[in-house]
Amino acid sequence: MSVDNYIILACVLFTLGAIGVLVRRNAIVVFMSVELMLNATNLAFVAFARMNGNLDGQVIAFFVMVVAAAEVVVGLAIIVTVYRSRRSASIDEPNLLKY
Amino acid sequence: MIGNGAVVLSEGAPSLEPLAAATGVFAYLWLLIALPLLGAAVLLVGGRRTNRWGPYLGVLTVSLAAVFAIVLVVSLLGLPADDRAVGQTLFEWVFVGGFTVPAALQLDQLSMVFVLLITIVGALIHVYSLGYMEDDPDRRKFFGFLNLFIAAMLLLVLADNYLLLYVGWEGVGLASYLLIGFWQFKPSAAAAAKKAFIMNRVGDVGLSLAIMLIFITFGTVTFDSVFAAAGEANESTLTWIGLLLLLAACGKSAQFPLQAWLLDAMEGPTPVSALIHAATMVTAGVYLIVRSNPIYDGTAFALTTVVIIGIITMFLGAIIGSAKDDIKKSLAGSTMSQIGYMVMAAGLGPIGYVFAIFHLLTHGVFKANLFLGAGSVIHGMHGEQEMRRYGALRSVMVITWITFMCGYLAIIGIPPFSGFFSKDDIIHAAFEQNIIIGICGVLAAGITGFYMTRMVIMTFFGKPRWPDDAHPHESKPVMTIPLIILGIGSVVTGAALLYWGNIESWLEPVTGIEEKPLAIPTIVLEGITLLIVLIGVSIAIARYRREVPVLAPKGNLLTVAARNSLYDDAINEALVVKPTYVLSDGSIFVDERIIDGTVEGSARLVGGLGARLRRLQSGFARSYALLMVGGAVMVLVILYLARLP
Repeated sequence: MSVDNYIILACVLFTLGAIGVLVRRNAIVVFMSVELMLNATNLAFVAFARMNGNLDGQVIAFFVMVVAAAEVVVGLAIIVTVYRSRRSASIDEPNLLKY
Repeated sequence: MIGNGAVVLSEGAPSLEPLAAATGVFAYLWLLIALPLLGAAVLLVGGRRTNRWGPYLGVLTVSLAAVFAIVLVVSLLGLPADDRAVGQTLFEWVFVGGFTVPAALQLDQLSMVFVLLITIVGALIHVYSLGYMEDDPDRRKFFGFLNLFIAAMLLLVLADNYLLLYVGWEGVGLASYLLIGFWQFKPSAAAAAKKAFIMNRVGDVGLSLAIMLIFITFGTVTFDSVFAAAGEANESTLTWIGLLLLLAACGKSAQFPLQAWLLDAMEGPTPVSALIHAATMVTAGVYLIVRSNPIYDGTAFALTTVVIIGIITMFLGAIIGSAKDDIKKSLAGSTMSQIGYMVMAAGLGPIGYVFAIFHLLTHGVFKANLFLGAGSVIHGMHGEQEMRRYGALRSVMVITWITFMCGYLAIIGIPPFSGFFSKDDIIHAAFEQNIIIGICGVLAAGITGFYMTRMVIMTFFGKPRWPDDAHPHESKPVMTIPLIILGIGSVVTGAALLYWGNIESWLEPVTGIEEKPLAIPTIVLEGITLLIVLIGVSIAIARYRREVPVLAPKGNLLTVAARNSLYDDAINEALVVKPTYVLSDGSIFVDERIIDGTVEGSARLVGGLGARLRRLQSGFARSYALLMVGGAVMVLVILYLARLP
């Protein structure tokens, strides 16, 4: 299979994730969309690694997974805290930190 | 710090006698200045503790200085005529690289006569002030300032270089300011003090520029070295130095065009007017010109300017003196006029220097006499200064009247009173030089006769015009005794200095002297002068013999102008003050609009931009995400487009 298909899939997934971040209000869903974007890039990395025949891209993909895991820990903690104080997981609700 | 009898030698002064070392009694020359300075320090630093005995200490220090001055003049007379100049270096004062100025004193014939005038007249005025200022709560301070003045004035005339002279020059200016504004609770006195100070500053700028120019030209500021080299300097430099020194003299001596402060200076207590604004400080300008005579000898232009300034002021003062109804202001006009005489005489060159100083000395005595007399009248009339409210005071103030008449006869120049000799000598010298200058001198003498007679008639003769509740009385002996001494001085000083003191040959080593043949015999000239003076006197008698109205009549154009001091304030306002305001308004505009405008404008620009840009920080996380996506898309588009060609 040519690498083009993987790249097209990665682009589609990334775009879906970006749209999800932009249009969804639920913080959990936004979070999932972010994961989608991360995994789309992981896919692109791995595909290019295969194409070039070395392991650089695969190593990067592992790094991204580790960072994503750490991010989830922090992010979910924030969401839970916000939910406790505001009784809502809407991402538009906490907008006090502004001009 | 003070070295006794250190030697000061002028370097390579062929035409001038090198200064002899100060030995014997001259080794204590510094005491002359130190005594009044000590008095001032004790009185001003001592504070209220010295209130009780302070004034007496002030009188004592100046009297001691006067006694010491007499000792000095006797010792000086004991020396041969050519060696009558001694110098004393007190300490090294300024030393910058190769430039050194010692704080050195120089006592020569010219300084000596000034020292005598300052200390003796000063001491008499101090004694008089004991009576005049008796009821003033601040009289300790008054005596402190007076002592400070005496010390500064002595420093001025004893300095052996221009820089030290400048210190004395500023010192007397300060003392004058403090004393004019002594009754500072009166707004007019405070304003007059400021006016005197500021107008003097204009002259002082002239002096400081002159000193700088002297230093650039000659490389030194010591009198002896400068004067020795003055012969070789180029004429235009000498002219500039001469004109700048003249500017300084104009400021200090109230000469045209810086004369406006002297009339207002009469706001000070009368002893101050007598000491500072008649006898001593205002003559410092004449001293400066005569002292710098080797510089003026090389520049005919500067000398002519000096004469012209002298003549203008002579008439200006006389005209103002003729119209003022305030006895002190009238006397101030007279002082201006008489100093105009001296300046004119000094401008005549070697013919006139001696007579300028001669007239200065006699004027110092008789004008102090007149001022103290006026002070006695004012004291007796409880502060009333309007001559229109006097009249017939001769019956109640006999001593004041008689002494005032001595001063009066002296100033208008009736022989054998002192003014006759000095003024006649000036007129004589003026005729020797130039007939027009001579005629001006004679005419001014006539006006002097007019205004002084007017003053005497309005004050002492005619019918009493004072209000019923005024009880004029003769002053106490502490005031009348100085008056009597000065009155006698007004009679004898002229003849004594001329015949017994031999002033011409006494001053000759300092000023040089020159005689020119005169077309008309001296006795005829004296006759003419006397005649003109008597005409002035008769006009005044004719005008004021009958009733003097208590309220001033309207008067003709000249009278009104003279009452307003010939509009000197208005002229200064228009010529100096207004343009300064315009300049400062312009500067303010440039500063506020253009400079501040640029700075504040750029600040506002950044601020305004920031205020609009911060709206982007909406607080919605999704809008930030949109911005990020947008940014990323933009980067991609740019990368794509950049790759195209």
